[in-house]
Amino acid sequence: MSKSTEKVVVLGEQFDTPEQQDAASQMGMWVFLSTEIMLFGGLFLAFTATRLAFPLAFQLGSRHTEFVLGTANTAVLLLSSLTMALAVSASHRGARKPLVLLLLLTMALGALFLGIKGYEYYGDWQKHLIPGENFVWNEPQPQHAQLFFLFYFFMTGLHAVHLTVGIGVVAFVTFVAWRRGYNATYNTPVEVTGLYWHLVDLVWIFLYPLLYLNGRHP
Amino acid sequence: MSKDSKPEIPFLKWIGACLAAVFGVQALRRILRALSPSQETTPLPAQGAALPISARPEKAEDVLMPPLSTPVEEPENYLNTSYSLKSWLLTTDHKRIAILYAFMITFFFFVGSAAAALIRLQLTTPQGHLVQQQTYNKLFTMHGVIMVWFFLIPALPNTLGNFLLPMMIGARDLAFPKLNLFSWYLFVAGGLFTLFAILTGGVDTGWTFYTPLSTHYVHTKVMLTAAGVFVSGFSSILTGLNFIVTIHRLRCKGMTWFRLPVFVWTLYATSLILVLGTPVLTITLILMGLERLFGIGVFDPALGGDPLLFQHLFWFYSHPAVYIMILPGMGVVSEIIPCFARKKLFSYKMVALAGMGIAIFGFLVWGHHMFVSGQSMYADMTFSLLSYLVAIPSAIKVFNWTATLYKGSIWLSAPMLYALGFIGLFTIGGLSGLFLASLPVDVAVHDTYFVIAHFHFIMVGGMVTAYLGGLHFWWPKITGRMYPEKLAQLSALLIFFGFTLTFLPQFLLGRLGMNRRYYHYAPEFQMLNVLSTAGASILAVGYLSPFSYLLWSAKYGRRVSNNPWGATGLEWQTASPPPTFNFSATPLVTQGPYEYNPEDAERELKRDLAILQSDASVPNGARFAERHQEAQDTAAPTTEAQDEQKH
Repeated sequence: MSKSTEKVVVLGEQFDTPEQQDAASQMGMWVFLSTEIMLFGGLFLAFTATRLAFPLAFQLGSRHTEFVLGTANTAVLLLSSLTMALAVSASHRGARKPLVLLLLLTMALGALFLGIKGYEYYGDWQKHLIPGENFVWNEPQPQHAQLFFLFYFFMTGLHAVHLTVGIGVVAFVTFVAWRRGYNATYNTPVEVTGLYWHLVDLVWIFLYPLLYLNGRHP
Repeated sequence: MSKDSKPEIPFLKWIGACLAAVFGVQALRRILRALSPSQETTPLPAQGAALPISARPEKAEDVLMPPLSTPVEEPENYLNTSYSLKSWLLTTDHKRIAILYAFMITFFFFVGSAAAALIRLQLTTPQGHLVQQQTYNKLFTMHGVIMVWFFLIPALPNTLGNFLLPMMIGARDLAFPKLNLFSWYLFVAGGLFTLFAILTGGVDTGWTFYTPLSTHYVHTKVMLTAAGVFVSGFSSILTGLNFIVTIHRLRCKGMTWFRLPVFVWTLYATSLILVLGTPVLTITLILMGLERLFGIGVFDPALGGDPLLFQHLFWFYSHPAVYIMILPGMGVVSEIIPCFARKKLFSYKMVALAGMGIAIFGFLVWGHHMFVSGQSMYADMTFSLLSYLVAIPSAIKVFNWTATLYKGSIWLSAPMLYALGFIGLFTIGGLSGLFLASLPVDVAVHDTYFVIAHFHFIMVGGMVTAYLGGLHFWWPKITGRMYPEKLAQLSALLIFFGFTLTFLPQFLLGRLGMNRRYYHYAPEFQMLNVLSTAGASILAVGYLSPFSYLLWSAKYGRRVSNNPWGATGLEWQTASPPPTFNFSATPLVTQGPYEYNPEDAERELKRDLAILQSDASVPNGARFAERHQEAQDTAAPTTEAQDEQKH
């Protein structure tokens, strides 16, 4: 097994040096993240426009979200970003065992987030908060409250899809790391996955106050 | 015209689609076989390369084509490395992917054109006897959707851009070759969705999918079409991403930002729009889909939503998208004009930066599509002012191209004719855009043929002309062969006149108040409509002609040297067709992109003079030689070379 630790970087035909390849991959991810920001950005814009039009319904809607679960999930996701950052730094040192462990931890925290989120959705379903035929609302402006919940489910759902993809990618990276695919000189995939993971985390940092905290100030 | 005049035979269109697919694959196989070397070997020795140098006849071919060291075998290039279907469908070579894209967009161009032809035929009579009302709505929707997303947006970046970008910056490929192939498959998938939607009944919302029409009122294939656009959007994003990273990271030694050809600059600006604009369309289409599927939505006023929000989001993408379509066209023209004027591009830096300016301003003007939608008056005024500002970088470009022509040694070859046509048509289109940016005029001509004419002057007169110009310009590089010049020049003129006859009357129609998107019209508009349809039929011939002779010349065209135009770009420094990794050695760049200077021009004139003496049929050779002769006689009295020529 020891010989595979000195695995040579596979250099694409289009690149001159491993450094160039690494820089290109990282830049590719940054550009991709910019498209993600515009994707969520359009959604945030639609949310903001609708919220400004119907402030009361959005405030009331926000009070029906699960504050405790949402806050717990924020903590879980922030923690996963920490483990991811530590994993990236471990990969820079070429420390294989900590890298694999931290990546596994990141995946576990991501899965925990999804679990809590799923439990929360289940509660919302029981409370008839899912927009559509069975939506029940005993407070003012039911139609606009329904719009809030449309945004709530769509935005958290789109975020969950991104997180699921993230967990899949981290799983792949973990597998390669376990097979000694990375070392101190070649760790681009870990780095790039880390960038993506942090963006998914960052999106949640914006979703949390918009959806959970908006209606709760006195 | 009864409603059920069309017999419904189940599976008929499926059988038709399957047959078409089978024929398509067979045709592809045939093309590949036609390119295979076994049939290739015969015509080559006839060109005299095997003869000793002194005995070789002084024919144009020989002057234009340097002797090959091995006369029979072609050197290995990206086309002849492998001929299997698999080697094409699984290729990661940017040049082959560009060819794959070219096949697709040509196909979609003709599908979209067929819809346009039916529209024009319908409009020859005021009552419109050809199709029913809803069919007419479907036709213009199909024309718009196909032309915008499956031709105009991918046409230049994904074919010529894909082919040339790495070569122009001295790279071996794009930064992410597999991603490049993947984006082609996404494009094909998106195209299939849309074709499927058309085959199963079509869609009649207009290419803009305005809500609540698209979510509430129509009963056609909105979701399928939107899915096609949605999927092809990812293809756009990935291509833009690939280009941006490639331009940043893969430039060869010495290729600084201000040595990049303007075409690369415009591809960069285009990629920025692709990457930043397309995701907004993606999310808008999802929200629209949710509204249509589940009846809960943010755009339908009956459900508490805001239809203007849809328009804002849609045009936030779709206005910059028109710059996706035109910017690379401007880049192509910026390459062609210095080459055929034999002069440095006037004020290169300003032209390069103007492209970036257009991309940036382009993101701030979407509201000018909504002047009559009821948005705030102050928004109207702001968007109007910002729309005027777009004219500044556009005018910088036009003036600089014109200034490049001034005192240049102009060679009216086919690419140059297209480029000159572009300048004229783009200027008319751009100026009519200023009319539309002004609030009072726009309120009067909104939703009339004036808008149609403006848009088509930019998109067809501008972009398609530039695309054809670029295709002719780089055709010898792509295929290693030359198209028939006279025929190409004729087609360029035909397209110019056909186009003008088609769309100039539409400005008048719009000014007179003829509405767009109506299947019939008042009788007094008939004369102009007939003129327009007549122009469209000329245009159709104009488009079919390059399609035929370019395909013909890919196999039977005259072989040419690596740099038949004497152009300066890096892509001309390598073989034609280029080897798989573009250059035999990574180039080193020491100067700007348009180093056309008097010495080069003089050498070229001498070459053409030599051609003239042996073969007068060479295009423009006579004129060139005469002018050269005059210049020689007056300026430089006698040189050894000249004595030889005169002898």
